Amino acid sequence: MSWSGRQGVMVPAARAMSDPGATGRFGTYGGRYVPESLIPACHEIETAFREAWSDPEFHGRLDTLLTVYAGRPTPLTPAWRLSRELGITLFLKREDLAHTGSHKINNVIGQALLAHRMGKERLLAETGAGQHGVATATAAALLGLKATVFMGERDIERQELNVLRMNVLGAEVVPVTTGSRTLKDACNEAMRHWVSSVDDSYYCIGSVMGPHPYPWMVREFQRVIGEEARAQCAAELPVGVPDYVVACVGGGSNAAGTFAGFVDTTARLVGVEAEGGAAATFGRAGVLHGFRSLVLQDEDGQVTEAHSVAAGLDYPGIGPEHAQLRDGGRARYETVNDEEVVQALLRLARTEGILAALESSHAVAWVIRAAESGEIAPGSTVMLTLSGRGDKDIASIKELL
Amino acid sequence: MTESLEEFLIARRGMGRPLLVPYVTAGVTPGWTDVVRAYADAGADAVELGFPFSDPMLDGVTIQEAAGRAIAAGTTVKGILQEVATLDVDVPLIAMTYSNLVVQQSTAQFCAALTASGLRGLIVPDSPLEEVGELADAAAAEGLDLVLLAAPSSSRARLREITERSRGFVYALTRMGTTGERGEIPEQAARLGRELKGLTDRPVLFGFGVSNPAQAADLAGHADGVVVASALMRKLLDGARPRELGEYVASMRRALD
Repeated sequence: MSWSGRQGVMVPAARAMSDPGATGRFGTYGGRYVPESLIPACHEIETAFREAWSDPEFHGRLDTLLTVYAGRPTPLTPAWRLSRELGITLFLKREDLAHTGSHKINNVIGQALLAHRMGKERLLAETGAGQHGVATATAAALLGLKATVFMGERDIERQELNVLRMNVLGAEVVPVTTGSRTLKDACNEAMRHWVSSVDDSYYCIGSVMGPHPYPWMVREFQRVIGEEARAQCAAELPVGVPDYVVACVGGGSNAAGTFAGFVDTTARLVGVEAEGGAAATFGRAGVLHGFRSLVLQDEDGQVTEAHSVAAGLDYPGIGPEHAQLRDGGRARYETVNDEEVVQALLRLARTEGILAALESSHAVAWVIRAAESGEIAPGSTVMLTLSGRGDKDIASIKELL
Repeated sequence: MTESLEEFLIARRGMGRPLLVPYVTAGVTPGWTDVVRAYADAGADAVELGFPFSDPMLDGVTIQEAAGRAIAAGTTVKGILQEVATLDVDVPLIAMTYSNLVVQQSTAQFCAALTASGLRGLIVPDSPLEEVGELADAAAAEGLDLVLLAAPSSSRARLREITERSRGFVYALTRMGTTGERGEIPEQAARLGRELKGLTDRPVLFGFGVSNPAQAADLAGHADGVVVASALMRKLLDGARPRELGEYVASMRRALD
């Protein structure tokens, strides 16, 4: 049952962004590029997810937890003063107000319920900014599961607070010392660990990436953002649908969930990437972490290190469905630089009293730039998903000021 | 040497010898091609060459370190192939790499380039049955044997399809997990070996965790031979010279025979 159903407002399901079928293909992207050892696990998860997703009891449990535990529905907040300054009407979908401080909890509660249903004892996860790790540790505690979170050594330094939160919640945080010591390497390590512990462990992937069924499944668990926002926009806006729907993109889970609610409308969909981690903009087709998509890589096919002021966005790939949306022109992807991000974070904080995560501030930065340059016409309506709150970034922000 | 990898290995097996395939990461040291020669001289039946990738999903710490070292030294696919073309060894060479390197231009171009440089086989561990179609066709068109992996977790139906579609040999994983040296050979390896041998006449070789001559001999008793990677690469990373690596392969050869 969708959120809109709970509220008694019927919103038709999106036609695009639907089930990618047994092969997990989004056009030429997606798939299941994992070692033979992991294939049975992928099949098992796909079967379990298909069963759960058509089971009203599973949806009932999920909806209940999202409501009474995660704090859904999250509000749609008009950004009153910033809207006036920019000459547009800007609404913020407040995922920062969800439990644990970001949209990550939606997906993790869904996957943790699934793992529990499958009889798994432990959740494995990788994390960049730490938000997915915190959400995983939280859901594991809630359901009585163990949690092991892989995190790059560099991210551990940048996100000390979130590491502490995971420890307090009872999760084991494993530092990853290989490669660039960031999210990409944490993904490799989590995948390797999964191969050797697949019997009792469930790999809880944090974004719309990885082998099938993860990109589809994670999008479905995040769809709640878009469906809520769509119903909220229908109630708030005279025409029912905003002119622009904007979200930041690393792997792209908050954007995928948001877009899923609007893909069959006239809204223009915009994903905003970090300039140094812009796989949709600068990537080439390739295979990484179990799926085919757009990947930042050198001429020879070695995956290059991404950079962003936001630890959650320095990932060198993008979810396969985003690659398809880009190729088909249904969504466009833009980049902003670190300086714009920091300025946007400050401006939102000082006009609206909302401290957004550095990740989310990428989306804010693009809206500011596009509105001030006239690319977004004056008087337009914009719905922006504020994917998380900025408390975790306060040490980074202090250094940047 | 005009026969295919598979024909070559079957002929060697026909001589009553367990098969031994040592591994080296291409580009890991400036003299890595000397390692290949040393292996061949020491009685290897084929040599597996790792084309280093930045994100080797199925490799443990040793092979990761070797790949990282090779990439840092500027190793490229083109460079490896140029060096391979100069190698004059009397055993087949098999490339091992990940999907992202294979799909850079096209799988057809990649396979053609391997064949042109004299390689006879290809292993792509992150390309399971579901994704292998185009690559299998491209490899077949070039006469390159595409070796598929079989895992302890594979169902019997999948094992049957893997043995049917694999070429050269069937690469049986001794355990669930990454590459790397291990203390014991699990019972599941023997079971997988028996099952695969019951399904195919194609050579079946064990890989992953073959750490010493005694283990190699033990495993070879359950199949047709072994692939040895991390144990050799650890020695190389610790400074062993090609001659010393060759001596170690020779000790494995003796244990197998």
